[in-house]
Amino acid sequence: MNIKKSLKGLVALAIAGSFSNAAIAAPTNAEIFDMMQEMKQELKNLKAENNELKGTVQEVAVSTDEAIKAQIKLANKSHWGGYGELHYNNLEGQGPGVSDTKKIDFHRFVLYFGHEFRDDLRFFSEFELEHALVKDIGDADTSDNGPGEVELEQAYIQYDYNETTQITGGLFLMPIGIMNETHEPDTFYGVERNTVEKNIIPSTWWEGGVMLTKELKPGLTLDVALTSGLEATDAKKYKPRDGRQKVASASARSLATIGRLKYTAIPGLELAASLFNQTDYCQGVVVGCGSARAFETHAVYKKDKFQLRALYAAWKIDGDDVKADGADKQNGYYLEPAYRFNDKWGAFVRYETYDNNDGGSTDTEVEARSIGFNYWIDPTVVAKFDYVDQSKANNGDKDGINIGIGYSF
Amino acid sequence: MTFDIKKYSLFIIATLLLVTVSSLFARGVYQTDEDFISEAFLNKPPENSSIMLGGDVRKKVALLLGHPYGGLIIKYWVKEGRTAWILKEIGKTEPITFGIVIKNSKIEKIKVLEFRESRGWEVKYPAFTKQYNGVGLEGDKLDKNIDGVSGATLSLWAMNGVSRVALYLHQHLSNKPK
Repeated sequence: MNIKKSLKGLVALAIAGSFSNAAIAAPTNAEIFDMMQEMKQELKNLKAENNELKGTVQEVAVSTDEAIKAQIKLANKSHWGGYGELHYNNLEGQGPGVSDTKKIDFHRFVLYFGHEFRDDLRFFSEFELEHALVKDIGDADTSDNGPGEVELEQAYIQYDYNETTQITGGLFLMPIGIMNETHEPDTFYGVERNTVEKNIIPSTWWEGGVMLTKELKPGLTLDVALTSGLEATDAKKYKPRDGRQKVASASARSLATIGRLKYTAIPGLELAASLFNQTDYCQGVVVGCGSARAFETHAVYKKDKFQLRALYAAWKIDGDDVKADGADKQNGYYLEPAYRFNDKWGAFVRYETYDNNDGGSTDTEVEARSIGFNYWIDPTVVAKFDYVDQSKANNGDKDGINIGIGYSF
Repeated sequence: MTFDIKKYSLFIIATLLLVTVSSLFARGVYQTDEDFISEAFLNKPPENSSIMLGGDVRKKVALLLGHPYGGLIIKYWVKEGRTAWILKEIGKTEPITFGIVIKNSKIEKIKVLEFRESRGWEVKYPAFTKQYNGVGLEGDKLDKNIDGVSGATLSLWAMNGVSRVALYLHQHLSNKPK
């Protein structure tokens, strides 16, 4: 029974009552009461139904709102992201004259910005503030300027020539090493990046130029690039890290070429080798400094919860003055097994050694042993802790702890 | 010393040769949605059906994906207990289109149909995607560990996300009263 029926019943009863009081018996109070009860129940049902409909409308509104926001994200041609990491170092110097390292530093604050012009043409950039503070006062290289740097690490246009070929032009990360191109803090173990890639490769290393990426076969990729080069100096002992010009009004007297072959056909395995060549390592400004070649190879293997990273990198640099400094040979390697217990926890150990003066007669090797863990608060938010024991053959030892927190999005 | 273009002529010629000998398919679209569905049902695809993402279904999909799905309705194809899905998910910055076939609450096949990220395309290789064959849902997670590709972590997460969603929606349809 519904309200309409109830009303009809009442009306019918009223009409019947007015026209034929004698013929049809008037409804009793009990009957009227029953009808009223039925009407009350119907009203209650209708209210419930109405509330349910209201809820459905609200649900659809929420769903639509969420779907539209997600759809905008999918369809958006411009996008941004970033990463950052805060480090606390507490290392004690061992031996006379070796200073402690006790500091806290917002090491990197990075913003990405990219734009897709067409499906096959895009722009990508990475803008970085290192060490949190840059003050533009005082002379260059003085503490007045603050410890930091503002850097444009990537700014390139990438064109998909076809399904297997990409051409990249602009300022891009060099195709070398494990961490040079992928170094968001949630993607690696250890608070600080390993010293081999930092001092030998030297990561993070970017140059300006043009690069061709060709997928030769499924899982076999070749990168070849013509780029700006390094400008090493005698004052900085011909270290490649100090030779980075960062594409900042950089000398282009001597350009460089780099090639990389990368094999990723087996899930969990990456094998790669890079070769870099520059005709004049010092851009023609240092007598006794000649050409430079760098070779790097690495393996990354992940199987279930186990991961192993292994890397070797070496430089050979020509020139009498370079040789006299023992910098004609510079090399290093590291091994880093790690175990991911679950989504949250992972632990690692690392052995690393490098030498920026391996051509010299004195032992200048640097060694470090690390052990630590990562705790992923979220898939791309990580807290880190490690203990490191570093020894320098000619300059004392340091050991202590590092604590860090990092994110990317 | 000045830059001598002649020294790099070999490099430039090699580059041009590599570009020229390449095949001429547009990068990105490996298979169209229609072709995937047609292939999945041996050239006799059923009419498509659709499911509205409301209430608990919407909430569950958002949980499995890690964020709300970019649509109110998801199209699917069903025939003889097998369901096929075309789902999009962002890897790092760009949407990747996946085709997924589910049978007996397990993944029968997953394929990258369109990829537009600048890195991580290795997830399209059959050697990688075949890891998903026979994978089901255990709670809110896949019941098997998938070995990633270095540098393609975000693409892997995207593929895991759409796999979970397709498996859940297949189960949801199977459990619905006929």
